[in-house]
Amino acid sequence: MPFIPHTDDDTRDMLEAIGAESIDELFDEIPAELKIDALDGIPEAMSEMEISRLMRERAAMDGAPLCFIGAGAYEHHIPQAVWDIATRGEYYSAYTPYQAEASQGTLQTVYEYQSMITELTGLDVSNASLYDGASGLAEAALMAVRSNRKAKSRQVLLAPGVSPTYVKVATAIAGSQGLTFDYLAMDRSSGNLDFDSLDENAEPVAVVVQQPTFLGTLEDVDRITDWAHARGAFVIAIANPTSLAVLKAPGHWGEQGADIACGDGQPLGVPLSSGGPYFGYMTCKQKHVRQMPGRIIGRTTDLEGKPGFTLTLQAREQHIRRSKATSNICTNQGLMVTAATIYMSLLGNDGLSAVARQSAGNTARLVAGLTAIDGIERLFDGPAFHEAALRLDRPVAPVLEALAARDILGGYDLGADFPDLGNALLVCATETKTEADIDCYVEAMQEIFTASLAESA
Amino acid sequence: MSELPGDLQYTTDHEWLRREDDGNVTVGITDHAQSALGDLVYVELPEVNQEVESGGDMAVVESVKAASDVYAPIGGTVVAVNEALTDDPEAINNDPYGEGWIVKLEPSGDEGELLTPDAYQALLDELES
Repeated sequence: MPFIPHTDDDTRDMLEAIGAESIDELFDEIPAELKIDALDGIPEAMSEMEISRLMRERAAMDGAPLCFIGAGAYEHHIPQAVWDIATRGEYYSAYTPYQAEASQGTLQTVYEYQSMITELTGLDVSNASLYDGASGLAEAALMAVRSNRKAKSRQVLLAPGVSPTYVKVATAIAGSQGLTFDYLAMDRSSGNLDFDSLDENAEPVAVVVQQPTFLGTLEDVDRITDWAHARGAFVIAIANPTSLAVLKAPGHWGEQGADIACGDGQPLGVPLSSGGPYFGYMTCKQKHVRQMPGRIIGRTTDLEGKPGFTLTLQAREQHIRRSKATSNICTNQGLMVTAATIYMSLLGNDGLSAVARQSAGNTARLVAGLTAIDGIERLFDGPAFHEAALRLDRPVAPVLEALAARDILGGYDLGADFPDLGNALLVCATETKTEADIDCYVEAMQEIFTASLAESA
Repeated sequence: MSELPGDLQYTTDHEWLRREDDGNVTVGITDHAQSALGDLVYVELPEVNQEVESGGDMAVVESVKAASDVYAPIGGTVVAVNEALTDDPEAINNDPYGEGWIVKLEPSGDEGELLTPDAYQALLDELES
C-alpha cells in the first residue's frame, strides 16, 4: 500500500505548474558524482508477512533471560496502559504533527511532557525531546558554546563518571565544530572526581557531570557545580530521570544550579530494545532558552480567550533560521515522549519514587549477596543508586558467559571502556527483580566461582 | 512611506549608522526593516569589546515571524550595546533611529559600502515598485 497520497496525475500537474520535466530535475543541483544509483548493502524489500516473521524469529532468539545489565538502558516495569494508550490511532505516528489548528491533543501531550521533565530536573524550560541521551550531550555542549559567550574556549571537561558512549557520540557530532571533550581525573577509591587534580587555571566552556555516574556512584555535584561556575563554565548535568525522583534535581545543584540538563528518557516507559528507539530529554534555565535546540511547545490563549497549545520560540529553528538554526533537530521522538508522558502521569511522584527506591534496594541486596562470595568485592566506597561496580578476582567475560548459559545476563563488562579498573563488572537490579531473582543470580555466581576454583585446584 | 533621517548613512541590509562627535558610530536598523520584521520580541546583542568586521554578524533581531542578523556596517570594536533592548525590544519598532539604537562602534577604518539617504531611498523605491 503506498503511503504517498499524490497520484501520478497530481505529480504531473505539480511539475507542470513549476515548469519541471521530472522529479529528478528538482535535484539537479546535486552533482551527479555525489548521487548513488543503488544501495548495495541493503537487502531486497520484504512483504509485511515476511518481515513480521523475521522479527518474531529474531526476538525469540533473545529468550527470556533475567537481566542485570544497566549501563545506560534500564529494564523497568511498564504499566500495560502506557502502550495501549500510546499506540491509539490519535498518537501512533512516526511523524509528530505540529499544526496548531489540527493537533491540539499532540501539542498538549508534549506540553505536559515538558512540564513534567522541567519539574523532575528542577529547571525552567524543556524541549520536545531529542534522539537519545548521547546526542543530547552533543546538543548540550554545542548549546553551551553558543550561550556561554564569556568563555573563549571550546573545551568541555567531563567528570570521570560520564558515559564513554555518550562521549563518543558527542565527539562524533560536535568534534567537527572544534569542541574537545576531556575527562577529569578519577579518585580511585570513590570512583568520583578527584578534586585534588583540578586545574585552577582551566577555562572550559562547560563541565559535564553525570549523576548517578556511569559507574553507579554519586558525585559531590554541589562542589563540582560551584567549581565550574567559579571558572566561568556552564554546568551540563546528565541524569537518569528515574533517579531524579529521589536525588537532588540538577537545577538545585550548588549555589546556582546546573545550566543545562540532558539524558536518556528510556527508563520512563520505553522498553529495552536493540539500541532504540529511545529518546533524549533536555532542559535549561530560562535565560538560555534562545540557544536551546529542538521544538518547544507553549501554552497560550486563542482569539476567544480559550487555552491552546502551539510551537513557540520558532525563530531558533531551521525552518526560520536556516543554516544559523540552533540545531537541525525537529520532529525527534514524539511517540516515545507520548509513552513517557503517560508513564509519568500513571506513576506520579510517589510511583516514580517507589521505582527508584525499590531499584536502589534491590541493587544493594544484589551487591551484598555477590560481595559475600570470595573473590568479589565492591570497586568503590560510598553510596550508589541502582547500579554498582564490582571487582572480580578473574576475567569478567568467561563469568558472564557462564551466567548467560544459565539464562542470566549478569552485568556490563567495564573492561573495554575502563581498562585501568581491571576485572570490573557493572551490575544493576531494578524494581523488576524479585528477591528470588536476586538469590538465583547470587547462587549461580557462587556456583561458577566454586566450580572454577575446583577446576584450578 | 517609511521615515528616513537625512543625517544618517545606510546599508543595503537596511541598517543605519550615525557618526557621533566623539568619533564613534551608532548603529541600528531602519524604519523599513523594523516594519518588515514586525513586532520584535528579542534582540541578541554582542559583547562589549567584541571586534567586528564590516559585513560580519553583530546582533540578531527576532520578531514573532522571523529572526534576522544585523551586520556591522563598518568594522570596529563594540564600545556600547543598548541593554534596554533586552527588556524592551519593541523600542526598535517604536523609535528605530532613537531609543531603538543597537550598538556603538569605535571604527577600525574598515569602512563598508555605505549609502546616502538618497541612495537608500532609491533602494526602497526599487523594492516597493
